[in-house]
Amino acid sequence: MLTLTVNGQPHPVAVEPRRILLDVLRRDLGLTGTKEVCEMGNCGACTVLLDDEAVYSCLVLAVECEAQEIETVEGLARGQELTAVQEAFVACDALQCGFCTPGQILSMEGALRRRPDADEAALTEAVTGNLCRCGAYRNIVAAAGRVAATSSGGAG
Amino acid sequence: MDESDLPTWPPGTDLETVGTGVPRREAPAKVTGGAVYSSDLRLPGQLYAAIARSPHPHARVRSIDTERARRQPGVVSVIAGEEGGEGVTWYEESVPLFGPVARFAGDEVAAVAATSLEAARDAVRALNVDYEVLAHVVGIDEAQRPEAPSIHGTPGNRTTDPKVEERGDVAAALAAAPIRIEHTYRTPTAVHNALETHGAVAWWQPDRLTIWASTQGVTQVAQMTAEALGLDQSQVRVITEHVGGGFGAKQVPWKDVAIAALLSRRTGRPVQCAYDRHGENVAAGKRGATRQRVRIGADTDGRLLAIDAELVGDSGAYQTAGEAAALWGPYQGLYRCDNVRTSVTYVYTNTGPAVAFRAPGYVEAAFALESAMDELAHRLGVDPIELRRRNHTGVDQQQAKPWSSPDSLPLIYDRISALAGWDARPRNAPPAPGGDGGVRRGWGFAASDWLAGKANPPGYASVELRTDGSAEVVTTVQDIGTGTRTVLAQVAAEELQLPVEEVRVTLGDTAAGPPSPTSSGSATTPTMAPAVRAAAADARHQLVAAAARQLDCAPGDVTLDHGKLVAANSGSRTVAEVLEGLSPAAVHGWGELVAVDDSVSVRTFGAAVAEVSVDTGTGEVRVTRMVSVPDCGRVLNPTLVASQIIGGVTQGIGFALTESQLVDAELGLPVNDSLEEYLVPTVLDICPIEAVPLDRPDTGANQLGVKGIGEPPMIPVAPAIANAVFDAIGIRFHELPLTRRRVLDALAEAASPDESEPA
Ligand code: FES
Ligand code: FES
Repeated sequence: MLTLTVNGQPHPVAVEPRRILLDVLRRDLGLTGTKEVCEMGNCGACTVLLDDEAVYSCLVLAVECEAQEIETVEGLARGQELTAVQEAFVACDALQCGFCTPGQILSMEGALRRRPDADEAALTEAVTGNLCRCGAYRNIVAAAGRVAATSSGGAG
Repeated sequence: MDESDLPTWPPGTDLETVGTGVPRREAPAKVTGGAVYSSDLRLPGQLYAAIARSPHPHARVRSIDTERARRQPGVVSVIAGEEGGEGVTWYEESVPLFGPVARFAGDEVAAVAATSLEAARDAVRALNVDYEVLAHVVGIDEAQRPEAPSIHGTPGNRTTDPKVEERGDVAAALAAAPIRIEHTYRTPTAVHNALETHGAVAWWQPDRLTIWASTQGVTQVAQMTAEALGLDQSQVRVITEHVGGGFGAKQVPWKDVAIAALLSRRTGRPVQCAYDRHGENVAAGKRGATRQRVRIGADTDGRLLAIDAELVGDSGAYQTAGEAAALWGPYQGLYRCDNVRTSVTYVYTNTGPAVAFRAPGYVEAAFALESAMDELAHRLGVDPIELRRRNHTGVDQQQAKPWSSPDSLPLIYDRISALAGWDARPRNAPPAPGGDGGVRRGWGFAASDWLAGKANPPGYASVELRTDGSAEVVTTVQDIGTGTRTVLAQVAAEELQLPVEEVRVTLGDTAAGPPSPTSSGSATTPTMAPAVRAAAADARHQLVAAAARQLDCAPGDVTLDHGKLVAANSGSRTVAEVLEGLSPAAVHGWGELVAVDDSVSVRTFGAAVAEVSVDTGTGEVRVTRMVSVPDCGRVLNPTLVASQIIGGVTQGIGFALTESQLVDAELGLPVNDSLEEYLVPTVLDICPIEAVPLDRPDTGANQLGVKGIGEPPMIPVAPAIANAVFDAIGIRFHELPLTRRRVLDALAEAASPDESEPA
């Protein structure tokens, strides 16, 4: 038995040591916003924040995360209030099927935690490991620009 | 009400909601993790399935020992071999679900349901399958050789006899043509690789099978599953709330659906069966490779005199239903030409089955035809866009009837040349043969047509008006991420004069109403938008009639004006007041689109301009700017149309530069079956994309003037890029993708004077 702290809530879970964080989030905790696509670190769809840092949750074992703060896409908005990144994805139509979207958003959130005044280039750089097969990249870059322009000290 | 009973929205119609960039309805759910895909489903007692796939490209399954697998912890059911498939057959060849012969590496032979995915996968590894390995063949050239192993016992491994279409006298016209261009072009096998793999959850309850599927066609999954399992269609309900990408590969049901259903019937529990990424790459569809031998004859002004195209496509190990790859299309239709012959042959190979992939056939054929047209323009010293104008036709020469929008292409040529700055583009000095190690730039153009984008009847919808002032649109059709929900809400809002927020849309569930078309052929919007408009109009007419009764006047005297029903001399009532006077307090309108006007031929045209840089030292081609001008008729929502265009252009860039499934000929195994090695574009591979639809209502297509936009923008991208590469380095490529290796080899060849091709 171990306790994972996800979106501020403690979750006691019993998991085999071989199981990856992605799978425990999706299957044991029902947090299916984090997507499973390649299970081998190629696509970024499974990105979550681990102590404010964006990681591929398919490359992390659940047992490694006991002492860390895990954040998933479900934990970002406060009620109806979206984060600046989420709002920008909606405003710029930076998604089509939406399957890559949670990962794209958490990669950008991670960049903002590191540098709240990250500029468009830095936010775009943050999603270079996030594939979007629908090809929404132009609008994802536009969303990065919108976040950079609206974030405090957004001159970057 | 039938949509054709309503007046058209001619160009210039004053519309309030239609034509505005209403935000995508489900975007908030998608950015917060609230959107539920079939792969997200976790039903009580749900089991997880894993599939055993043949490791050999061609093998007879002698026996499958399931004993050890059944004893693994967590395993609930194992189905294997013909017996396990319970008589269910698959593909157009009607082979058993788990056949006695595996015809590609990845062909399904067994499946396991267990309480966890890990346990199911462990059990698949514990299966003991005894294979008799057979000789295999991959690649269309090899499969056509007389000595090639036979995959289905057909001559030359052909799926059927060649499909030949000819008009005029091609041989004579070619022989007499003063200018001739002749090449063999090749396009690679490309894999859709939607991020959500094919998958379904099936729950078999005593009298009913419910399937949550990642599909482009809920109706079709219900129909085909009922047929395969011997059920009544009314017993099968298919639900698709959100789909994590399809691009054609999900327009027919795949084995995930049947496997989940069979395992659920055996276990009495819901079963989820989703392909892993390997399965998605090898066994869930692909754009088959092509070889296109093209001969073009023209006069000295560049007018086409003859086109002869011998076209061969890779079908993989089986044929799938759905849209065929219409390789003949552009040759037959894009330009005026009296003498055209196309011959299309599909060939079986021991690789995964091909299926429609975004504008199937046209993407491949456009690369060849539009490369040849560019070459013709350069040969004659005619501007490439001017050459297209000289060859324009306003009629469908195959069917001898006019296009519904005969002047689209010339308008597209005007628009794209102005937008791109085509006439002011820099003219390159002839490049040094083989390059000088520096970076060179170039511009390229390509035009496109697409045989679809029209309605695919029937489409049905209902619209209910409620006393709270809202309306609910209900249709079974699915939204695969293209924005269907949003545009249907806009159309209903327009007809009902409601704010779009007051319109709810319920879709993606076969239980909600009559059958709906599969989202393929860019048909969803042109089929469903007119049907929804008719349903809304029907509801409006009923509302007006009720108001007239209540106000004691003739219906013709009542008009709906933004939430109020106003009678000329008898006062007015709000919508809510009128509805409250009814029992039940609602009106329910039906709408349908059941036929299309056959007197015209509906096509979606387009064009693209590419700017590229070519590093002659490394061979790297980068696309630095794309301009895309497609014709989708009336634009219902410019934001969503732009998204479809940038998506198609981005996939076109991948097809042109990096994407190719590589199969080891000796082993018969795909070597790049992951997202690490199969190279889809990343954010670093794209460039500014100017997406500017023509936005001209095509009222020949339907009363709203709308046509599809999902597929066409991809078609001209690869040839525009290849033509830009020619402009940059003077080398004409006849095979995609334009990898660094291919570019470096071509540069080296050009540098050695004997073999250089005349530029
Ligand atoms: S699922 Fe983790 S990177 Fe693809
Ligand atoms: S929106 Fe579909 S993969 Fe990115």
